[in-house]
Amino acid sequence: MIDTPGQTYRQAARDAFGFPAIMLLASMTGFGSLARESGLTLGMALSTTAGIWGLPGQLALAEMHAAGVSALFVILAVSLANARFFPMAVSFIPLMRGGVRHYGWMYALVQLLSINSWAAGLKRFPDIAMSQRPRYYVAFAGICMGAGLLGTVVGFFGIGAMPPPAALGLIFLNPLFFAVLLAGTRLGPAIGAMLIGVPLGPVFHWLSPEWGLLVTGLVGGTLAFWLHRARKPE
Amino acid sequence: MSEHLLLWLVVIGAIGATYLWRLLGALFSRRVNPESDLFLWITCVSYAMLAGLISRMVLLPVGPLVEVELWIRLVGMAVGLSVFFLLGRRVLTGVGTGLAVFVALVAYT
Repeated sequence: MIDTPGQTYRQAARDAFGFPAIMLLASMTGFGSLARESGLTLGMALSTTAGIWGLPGQLALAEMHAAGVSALFVILAVSLANARFFPMAVSFIPLMRGGVRHYGWMYALVQLLSINSWAAGLKRFPDIAMSQRPRYYVAFAGICMGAGLLGTVVGFFGIGAMPPPAALGLIFLNPLFFAVLLAGTRLGPAIGAMLIGVPLGPVFHWLSPEWGLLVTGLVGGTLAFWLHRARKPE
Repeated sequence: MSEHLLLWLVVIGAIGATYLWRLLGALFSRRVNPESDLFLWITCVSYAMLAGLISRMVLLPVGPLVEVELWIRLVGMAVGLSVFFLLGRRVLTGVGTGLAVFVALVAYT
């Protein structure tokens, strides 16, 4: 059990430096170059990375702005692309809220939440004392954020320097990494939810690009939850 | 209004609209017991959303990935996941192999 600040920071650094940091550096490089092509300034690109902190929403912002979509619809689309942060926060915060004296901190800490820190917390928290979990999360997510901002700058200035297959590889890295990261879970109902979500995602997106993701989560998650209940009656 | 100022407003609006979901999550989770069925259901919703998002990114991409043929995207993903599961669940090995196959197929087909 990890229960001192020193051990916690070391564990967070060990988990974050390496793959998550490299991954964010690479994927935000892709975003940085797209942001510049779409007419955003460096300040806007960095604000977007730090403020939205979720690649699908960031890509939606850059792409829709470049396509000339009106301001209100861009904002709506970005918001819906990021609706996943609601269930992610609800399923994450209770695992560490016991480690802070004032719950108010959670309103600030929730800004750092991303797929990386969410998956890392779900995986690592069982080995970490409750009192140390917020510390682990802040260190891990802070390293990720630093790597993401650095990647944004690199991409913004490095535009066009990369051969096309490598640039496409950087973009493909996102779904690939997320898939492997999530596929590693051992939680039964979560595996069921993902197996149902995979076919539903494209179908509902095709039916409604705006609401598809929300409906996928609600329908797929509820179905997986029911199946789990039905298999294990109490 | 200048183009520049308008774009900043879009960026700030998008940031606020995203934080709204995080804020609602933080407000709501205050009352959620991590041992409860409600918590498990919301965890299931998260996983279903994330899995749906990933499969949408591969099958119906919106950005530059549109240029890459569907079978290449599928092969890259299948190789990455297979290697991950067959070779001891190492994330780096799975992602590295899947990515290498994807880039090679894009470059040489």
